[in-house]
Amino acid sequence: MTSLPEPQPGAKKLGLVIDLDTCVGCQACATNCKEWNTSGHMAPLPDHNPYSAGQEGVWFNRVHSYEAGDGEDGRTVHFPRSCLHCETPACVTVCPTGASYKRAEDGIVLVNTDICIGCQLCAWACPYGAREFDDDAGVMKKCTLCVDRIYNETIPEAQRVPACVSTCPTHARHFGDLGDPNSDVSKLVADRGGFALMPELGYKPVNRYLPPRRAPKADAGPPRDAGPLPSQIKNPLLRWVDKVLSR
Amino acid sequence: MPADGGATDKIIYSAPIGDEVKTTTCYMCACRCGIRVHLKDGRVRYIEGNPDHPVNKGVLCGKGSAGIMTQYSPARLQAPLKRVGPRGSGEYAEISWEEAIDTATGWLKHVRETDPKKLAFFTGRDQSQSLTGFWAAQFGTPNFAAHGGFCSVNMAAGGLYTIGGSFWEFGEPDWERAKYLMIFGVAEDHDSNPIKTGLGAMKGRGAKIVSVNPVRTGYSAIADEWVGIRPGTDGLFIMALIHELIRTDKVDGEFLARYTNAPWLVVRNPGGADDGLFARDADGKPLAWDRARGAIPADDATLSAVLVGDFTLPDGRAVKPVFNLMAERYLGDEYAPEAVAERCGFPAERIRRLAAEVADVAFNQTITLDIPWTDVWGRKHETMVGRPVAFHAMRGISAHSNGMHTCRALHILQLVLGAVDTPGSWRYKSPFPRPIPPGPGPAGRGSKPNTPLAGNILSFTHGPDDLLVEDDGTPIRIDHSFSWEAPLGLHGMMHSVIGHAAAGDPYKIDTLFMFMANMAWNSAMNPLETIRCLTQQDENGEYVIPHVIYSDAYFSETVPYADLILPDTTYLERWDAISILDRPIGSSHGPGDAIRQPVIKPDRNVRPFQEVLIELGARLGLPAFVKEDGSPKFKDYPDYIVNHQRMPGVGPLAGWRGEDGSKKGVGEPNQDQLQRYIDNGCFWRHNLAPEESYFKHANATYLTNAKAMGMMGQSNQIVMQIWSEPLQKFRLAAEGHGAKQPPEHLRERVRTYCDPLPFWYAPLEQQQHDTDPYPFSAVTQRPMAMYHSWGSMNAWLRQIHGSNKLYMSRERGVAEGLAQDDWVWVESRSGRVKAQLSLMEGVNRDTVWTWNAIGKRAGAWMLSPDAAESQRGFLLNHVISEWLPAQTGPRLANADPVTGQAAWYDLRVKVTKCAPGEEGTTEPFPTLLTPPDDMPEPPDILRYNAGGKAP
Amino acid sequence: MNPAPSIVFFTVASGAGYGLLFWTGVLRAFGLVPPSSGFGVVAIGIALVLIAAGLLSSTIHLGRPERAWRAFSQWRSSWLSREGVAAVVTFIPAGLFFLAVVGGMEGLALPAGLVAAAGAVVTVWCTGMIYASLPTVRQWHHPLVAPGYLLFGAFSGAVLLAMLAGFWGMATVPAAIAAVLGAAAFMLKRAYWAGVDAGPPVATMETATGLGFIGKVRTLDPPHTETNYLLREMAFRIGRVHAVRLRRIAAVAGFAVPAVLLVLALLTGGALAGVMAVAAAALATAGLLAERWLMFAEATHTVALYYGVGGQD
Ligand SMILES: Nc1nc2c(c(=O)[nH]1)N[C@H]1C(S)=C(S)[C@@H](COP(=O)(O)OP(=O)(O)OC[C@H]3O[C@@H](n4cnc5c(=O)[nH]c(N)nc54)[C@H](O)[C@@H]3O)O[C@H]1N2
Ligand SMILES: Nc1nc2c(c(=O)[nH]1)N[C@H]1C(S)=C(S)[C@@H](COP(=O)(O)OP(=O)(O)OC[C@H]3O[C@@H](n4cnc5c(=O)[nH]c(N)nc54)[C@H](O)[C@@H]3O)O[C@H]1N2
Ligand code: SF4
Ligand code: SF4
Ligand code: SF4
Ligand code: SF4
Ligand code: SF4
Ligand SMILES: [Mo]
Repeated sequence: MTSLPEPQPGAKKLGLVIDLDTCVGCQACATNCKEWNTSGHMAPLPDHNPYSAGQEGVWFNRVHSYEAGDGEDGRTVHFPRSCLHCETPACVTVCPTGASYKRAEDGIVLVNTDICIGCQLCAWACPYGAREFDDDAGVMKKCTLCVDRIYNETIPEAQRVPACVSTCPTHARHFGDLGDPNSDVSKLVADRGGFALMPELGYKPVNRYLPPRRAPKADAGPPRDAGPLPSQIKNPLLRWVDKVLSR
Repeated sequence: MPADGGATDKIIYSAPIGDEVKTTTCYMCACRCGIRVHLKDGRVRYIEGNPDHPVNKGVLCGKGSAGIMTQYSPARLQAPLKRVGPRGSGEYAEISWEEAIDTATGWLKHVRETDPKKLAFFTGRDQSQSLTGFWAAQFGTPNFAAHGGFCSVNMAAGGLYTIGGSFWEFGEPDWERAKYLMIFGVAEDHDSNPIKTGLGAMKGRGAKIVSVNPVRTGYSAIADEWVGIRPGTDGLFIMALIHELIRTDKVDGEFLARYTNAPWLVVRNPGGADDGLFARDADGKPLAWDRARGAIPADDATLSAVLVGDFTLPDGRAVKPVFNLMAERYLGDEYAPEAVAERCGFPAERIRRLAAEVADVAFNQTITLDIPWTDVWGRKHETMVGRPVAFHAMRGISAHSNGMHTCRALHILQLVLGAVDTPGSWRYKSPFPRPIPPGPGPAGRGSKPNTPLAGNILSFTHGPDDLLVEDDGTPIRIDHSFSWEAPLGLHGMMHSVIGHAAAGDPYKIDTLFMFMANMAWNSAMNPLETIRCLTQQDENGEYVIPHVIYSDAYFSETVPYADLILPDTTYLERWDAISILDRPIGSSHGPGDAIRQPVIKPDRNVRPFQEVLIELGARLGLPAFVKEDGSPKFKDYPDYIVNHQRMPGVGPLAGWRGEDGSKKGVGEPNQDQLQRYIDNGCFWRHNLAPEESYFKHANATYLTNAKAMGMMGQSNQIVMQIWSEPLQKFRLAAEGHGAKQPPEHLRERVRTYCDPLPFWYAPLEQQQHDTDPYPFSAVTQRPMAMYHSWGSMNAWLRQIHGSNKLYMSRERGVAEGLAQDDWVWVESRSGRVKAQLSLMEGVNRDTVWTWNAIGKRAGAWMLSPDAAESQRGFLLNHVISEWLPAQTGPRLANADPVTGQAAWYDLRVKVTKCAPGEEGTTEPFPTLLTPPDDMPEPPDILRYNAGGKAP
Repeated sequence: MNPAPSIVFFTVASGAGYGLLFWTGVLRAFGLVPPSSGFGVVAIGIALVLIAAGLLSSTIHLGRPERAWRAFSQWRSSWLSREGVAAVVTFIPAGLFFLAVVGGMEGLALPAGLVAAAGAVVTVWCTGMIYASLPTVRQWHHPLVAPGYLLFGAFSGAVLLAMLAGFWGMATVPAAIAAVLGAAAFMLKRAYWAGVDAGPPVATMETATGLGFIGKVRTLDPPHTETNYLLREMAFRIGRVHAVRLRRIAAVAGFAVPAVLLVLALLTGGALAGVMAVAAAALATAGLLAERWLMFAEATHTVALYYGVGGQD
């Protein structure tokens, strides 16, 4: 129902962990998501003007590129953005029809497109832009966390992960249970200081982003064993004259 | 009234993905990833990476994941076409395949019977060069090449003439073990997914990645350190690193003495015919100076080499070890960090630090693997010791006219560090290493009617004798490759074919036959001039290039300029061999090759190009394509893949050879071979044993096995070449020695640039015109989610890259009075193009750049005329000149003087704000192209849902 | 936020309709408006037409209007659902009120009118809360937003009532109320603007991306080169100069001038008063349309930050 399920202690919180230190912005997660989902649970993901001006379509995952910091001291960061499967998301509670719901069993936030009226209030309520309106069908759609993959017994177990995770060439995307502090993803988040987006809004996103590592300051000086100083070297070639180089 | 969306949401958790799944090989780019294609109701439901595939291990990139939209694009050509209006008019008539092949056969037969070299057969981004090159040789024309000449021949030549392997796609960092990676000028590269996976793994381990690149995007974005170099100056930076290493004694002398020609003795006889050649013994073996015995053959296992000193041979010749010559050059003041820093765009201190860092990893953080191995001298080593610093480089280095020397310098840096094919360093991918240079000279001389050429058309020159020139120095090839203009033009010079053909330089051709190359647009330097050449008429109103045959799969910008259009299938509709004879899928772990199998049937009247080529071969009676009785030898392409033998037992595929499929590499054809590939996921891979997996150039086990598998003709040590004797031979000719000498107007050029040791010079184009008015270097980068021009007809990819901007440093833009989204003119010495500006932080302040090949000609690709690609997308190529600035004598390609590599990134421009009213659309804006009548109407909305209603 | 015309019209029309219903119900109970059934029919009728037109217009905005009925199910959590329920429920007493007035059943009209008035308050409060409850849009997530909706509804209803009552020559009380409410609305809106102008952003590009620890965050490339639903819907932003002008129109023409006109009307009386009441109603409507349009156009959604829009707001 539109009211959120009562939080159950130890309940699963499935979600993604995205490593901004490793993502190269290749867009694979975006197109693979589109490919999986356009014939998946929320099919189709239509595209308007596919071959003319103003091409735009429904995508559950979009990859931004940012620059943080100025000049050489900054960093370029590629930033995939999809639903964060928040724990207390207003996108669910604002929904007048119950079409938008959060599952008690694993925390996935879904839209039942059979009853959605397309009022789009959930899109207003989502701070992260994760709601995608299919104005062709008149209903709201969004990332399903690949609910039709992750439990799919016709897929080999190792591949029962979201399409975007399975395809990511740099392995910058991780999937798992963030409700379990001992899961690989939880440990990764703890190790790397993973953060939630705009936690101050109170949506309690489940997905986490791992921060880019700060690049070491350029010209930080040579590490270990910098070798002789220029002044100590006379003619470097002379050192080779007596060197014994056997095979 | 349902209260609960969840209660009534119909989620089908365990639906099979499709009704059927087939493996094949992706071709959204040349990386050759293994894919699993799920089909539902005869349509593609999902394409995923094949987890068992050695190239991509289950991952797919942004393009590969969008394959569905390439398969169903409305831009797919529908049927063979002949041109009925003037070239470029877009007036075509649909014809039958019978007529198409008859027409082609007619034209080609005439050429072959009269003068075969009047066929210029040039192919683009294909992966069937082992077939196309063979076909061309059978036809008897020297005028064949693929796109390598404008792509990265500098890397190929630089590598193959130095270490017997190369960056490009012929080598890779030891992704599992490297502790430090320095990557030069790579935006995406052919090894798309392996690089990404490898970088991911390195980041996971906390290894350091340094990216040397004027732009900080993509791989540079995740690098731990970004070195925002000024384009064209990498050679200086690299040589300054070598300077530092030698100066501070961070040199792996033992590696140099064992594995390189550092100890070889070079004759010092200025002005003499042997100056700069290796001193050899009576058997032709190069000599080295042994501490106790003086000059002895350099391959002696007991050599105790002296690397520095001036020596005199018993016959009185003065000699010097290569190492000495190298050290002298790089210790020179011109390569000191202080001397290069300003030009490169960062402080000398940084160069010194980087040199120290690299040395630290190489010498203080070595890796020792407990793997015993045997070297070429038969000595057993208990361990493999590695220098875990790896390098990789691509077009940022190669697409400059000083790229070959820069690339060689980078290899020398690796050698100085002892970091070639050791654990943790850069490694050869099988079938490399190869002998240096790898084979005999190129075929192409004495082309005769109805006669095949013996040998490979694209091969390796060892010296002037191998050049394809007439006695007076005139080029034999239409592209002038392998002439004095490009003595190491290993990959041909596709970028100059059309210009030379139109000018009849050195002769007129009859038929231009192209495959998979968008030569009238993004693969041309100066596309409008290329189009002019393609449409140029003589005084009788005949086209100067009388016949143009083109095979494309889509309605690209080049299609309207062909007289005969052979529509190809898509990659999911055909057989292909990613052949061991061409660009296989080997890795440092061992050799491999792969196939494509058709996973869906074409719904149009199209045929796979390879099959058409084989049929043409049979119709023309090319000896290798017909039986004794003149009937076709091969029924189709699969038949060719299985049964063609280049040499006895060696065919396009190396896996499951021998009648029962039990042999690798060499063996009789196996009629069941393709099925065996299919059963294995459409690829074959042989894993090298641990003892043969490193030091392959001097690893006895590896070399013996490689020879047995047909990867090499010999199993001798491959001695890496710091001093390049072939280059010195060209130089000697320019200095007046030998029978074959360059014509006068090229003499000085050959002498200067055929330097046996790498050196740095300003890019030719920049030397030859006043660059002051053009303060910016301008380069392009490949976007990861777009493959050259052909992604724009993909409904998903064109949403990601529908137009492109010109990027400039914010600080510089502000200083120039330019603002975000301003429309600007980008003007070079040869023209101007209009673009929209974007300001950014991570770019060298003297550089502007844009994404490559996003701009489209209006009307092409079945995009509507108002599509963003043609309105706001722009092509930098419009301001790149295909010729060097005007000089006396014949015009010379804007290319590397040694290899002929197109110098795309030597471009200098100025950027000025558009006048009011000029904003909004790019310029030049050539006329609208008209698609053939039989093309489908593109839909206004796409609702792709395999299993649902048809799109 | 994109000021969709259907929504601007809906909130203005139904706000005025509910306001009119409210005042008719309340003032009629106390005999402060013309007691005739003719007046009642016109006033309640216009109120119902405005409400219905507004609601109709709001369904145009739906992707699947035929499923609109489903929106009544989630009143426990959703203000939109509550609004729907309240609107529908209010139709019952409002309808009865109308019928009772038509039929002269004063015994029914009085309670029905009061209940309908209560329903109107609840409904408009719900409408306001739809916006006020969204933390994503800081200009909406403001304590004055829901009260504002009530006040503007009440004001526009009172103006309309004053105009109508004027035709029956008994406009004093509604006109006085409207004048007071106009002044109040003027002040509330000014206070609201001052509040939102001074308020800190909910988030910045730095916090939205979590990259602020590196430095200032700027967009390099958007995910897609063309626009999209989110950008059109959430990143619409009116230019400053334009906004200032519109604010003036809304506050002065929409609230202040009508209030003054009504005071003048009260003072002058007669035909001129009628004209002034009509002018006040017309101005208030135009002003409210501007106010509502601005309510969207000045609102910034956190999503826009990901596209580098509205970062400094
Ligand atoms: N400014 C600038 N220009 C450049 C470069 C640069 O860096 N900067 N890079 C250069 C380099 S390295 C390269 S390799 C070239 C690449 O340039 P091109 O070789 O021209 O590459 P594409 O545009 O990808 O496509 C070639 C043609 O192949 C067709 N094609 C696609 N699939 C098939 C198929 O299955 N069968 C057939 N028959 N045809 C098919 C496409 O429709 C297209 O017309 O661009 C060069 N141009
Ligand atoms: N997605 C995708 N993948 C592709 C292709 C594609 O079109 N799209 N094309 C394929 C082809 S044909 C090729 S040849 C390869 C090429 O692969 P890359 O070599 O990665 O190709 P480019 O995009 O030309 O990258 C050149 C890089 O060098 C930088 N650069 C330019 N000048 C200099 C310089 O002087 N010094 C240094 N250090 N850097 C410089 C540029 O900023 C850019 O990052 O990619 C292949 N892979
Ligand atoms: S697939 Fe991975 S690397 Fe590529 S954009 Fe997505 S997260 Fe980044
Ligand atoms: S990210 Fe947005 S759509 Fe997803 S759960 Fe959170 S609020 Fe809802
Ligand atoms: S658009 Fe659909 S899912 Fe979203 S709030 Fe409205 S009814 Fe609920
Ligand atoms: S989890 Fe699935 S639906 Fe969500 S972004 Fe990834 S691929 Fe798309
Ligand atoms: S890198 Fe991408 S496009 Fe290229 S072959 Fe692999 S999956 Fe296909
Ligand atoms: Mo290339």
